[in-house]
Amino acid sequence: MEFFTDLILLLDSTLRTATPLVLAGLAGLIAERSGIVDIGLEGKMLAAAFAAAAAAAVTGSPWAGLGAGIGASVALALLHGWVSIAQRGNQIVSGMAINIAVAGLAPTLANFWFRKGGQTPLLDDEARFSAITLPFADALADVPLLGGLYSELLSGHNLITYLTAAIVPLVAWMLYKTRFGLRLRAVGENPEAVDTAGISVTLLRYQAMIITGVLCGFAGTVLSTGLGGGFIRDMSAGKGYLALAAMIFGRWKPVPTLLACLLFGFVDALQGRLQGVDLPLIGEIPVQFTIMLPYVLTVVILAGFAGRMQAPKASGIPYEKDH
Amino acid sequence: MKKLFGRFGAIVGLAFAGFAAVGAADFKPVLLYDIGGKFDKSFNEAAYVGAHRFEEETGNGFKDFEPNSETQYEQALKRFARRKADLIVAVGVGYSVAVRNVAADFPNVKFTVIDAIIDLPNVQSITFKENEGSFLVGMIAAMKTESRTIGFLGGMDIPLIRRFERGYRQGAEYVRGDLTFIENYVGTTPSAWNDPIKAAEMARSQYARGADIIFSAAGPSGLGSIQAAKDTGNLAIGVDSNQNHVAPGVVLTSMLKRVDLAVYKAMKAAQDGHWSAGHNVMGLAEGGVDFALDEHNAALITAEMKAKLDDARAKIVAGEIVVGDVEGSNVGH
Repeated sequence: MEFFTDLILLLDSTLRTATPLVLAGLAGLIAERSGIVDIGLEGKMLAAAFAAAAAAAVTGSPWAGLGAGIGASVALALLHGWVSIAQRGNQIVSGMAINIAVAGLAPTLANFWFRKGGQTPLLDDEARFSAITLPFADALADVPLLGGLYSELLSGHNLITYLTAAIVPLVAWMLYKTRFGLRLRAVGENPEAVDTAGISVTLLRYQAMIITGVLCGFAGTVLSTGLGGGFIRDMSAGKGYLALAAMIFGRWKPVPTLLACLLFGFVDALQGRLQGVDLPLIGEIPVQFTIMLPYVLTVVILAGFAGRMQAPKASGIPYEKDH
Repeated sequence: MKKLFGRFGAIVGLAFAGFAAVGAADFKPVLLYDIGGKFDKSFNEAAYVGAHRFEEETGNGFKDFEPNSETQYEQALKRFARRKADLIVAVGVGYSVAVRNVAADFPNVKFTVIDAIIDLPNVQSITFKENEGSFLVGMIAAMKTESRTIGFLGGMDIPLIRRFERGYRQGAEYVRGDLTFIENYVGTTPSAWNDPIKAAEMARSQYARGADIIFSAAGPSGLGSIQAAKDTGNLAIGVDSNQNHVAPGVVLTSMLKRVDLAVYKAMKAAQDGHWSAGHNVMGLAEGGVDFALDEHNAALITAEMKAKLDDARAKIVAGEIVVGDVEGSNVGH
């Protein structure tokens, strides 16, 4: 029974940890499917986290925060788009530049506006996307097994986590079942063909960058106003890069990307749980080792189990009309 | 051409002479912060508060510098040392190597370094007995807990933070022997100080496993732990500066590290001429560490608890209780 309770706690933590990863992973997926490599996910998330926390602190509304977060992220996505599409610049350099610029700019602005050493004020509960208790969760809590599953695991997450559960099928549907999705996939594989068919490569790629920006905006907003209660410098803590790894592990497909993010989230929760615990036979595992686990797993998975990776063919290559 | 150089040299010379004259006229100490910014509501801000107090009381201003990366430590130290600053106060164990290098090159400049120990004739090292302050907050946690389970959340896993944990455990066990401890470290790299999401997740896990009070020694990450306490209806203990106001009623107390006092005392002593090199340790007896009691947590700490804490404090100061320490806490890398 204790094992079951532990498992539910781990899975519960997995859902929370995976939320920003899934959103950022899908953002990267849309960008790469359209032919633009975006390692600036981290920077966009951080910018969104800062903008959301700042707006929510000033207005007291998480919705204003979400709006500001998405706004900031889309602006950066369009900047990356402009460099990659119009200027045919190096996409890795542009993405990296965004990451570095935001890492410095966000705490500087926070210090300028709030005078708290690069942090925003801690948000009140009304200014955050607080935990939502699903109907009957309290009443069902005592029902064996199912009660725990429902009231602990499924209930008590923030709005954006629930939204994410809807966004994954939505992105999958858009990518595989709509005309826009078909064109998006085509432009990442063979932009010449799309161009020949009379469809604008430039417009499609800008549209993809806007979607990427919106998704990263959600990811950043959930960090500072859902899971946390304010902005702290570098709070994205490498999640943008981890999302990129999850996307590659998920072979640029929405559902496998979701599963990869859940796996990363689970291992992260597990490593926290294993710290300082006496395991039978092995004894206590040193902290340094448990903290290593998620990264070791990433390397093992990418090297061993993922098989041949097939990135979209035109990914990272600027499109030039006159070859 | 030669003439031009001559004139240029003269101007530069004049400028330096002017600078030296200003420097000699009044006492001007320099304060170098650690990475994180001046107003970080924690360590650096405490240093600033101390220097500010010195400025207000003596009318002497001070210069300060906020580095953006570790590579700027040595550069900044050298710059101020070359200008013959009257006293250079460097805050944080990260400065160890930089101060050691620069102080050896400028034997006539006085350096005070906080949190690190450097054995040079012109360096004053100030360290704190964080374990003694942690002992007291450990006692508070043990007296307050209802689930007989208390948690500890460290930032980066380094000996200095293990020292907090050691004192906390010993203090809790001093009150009662039937406690269960849960401890976590956010990470093993400096990014562990700035990961409130992970800290919150670890705190939630500890609360779910039965802990009702968590002491976090994790810098800004600790805010995540306070947030988790607020969300789950449990208690948290803050660190370094007084964090009771962050979430009144949720923060049980804070383990204070009086960096402000250390900075103020060093600057005052240097001005009055009785600054001396060597190693100063600030523990409970010297007022260097303490627990925070103010209007935000007055309702949480009863008179009976207060009496027990005062008793233990007296015993630690008198040497009747010896709080265990961790080797290598003030060694830089």
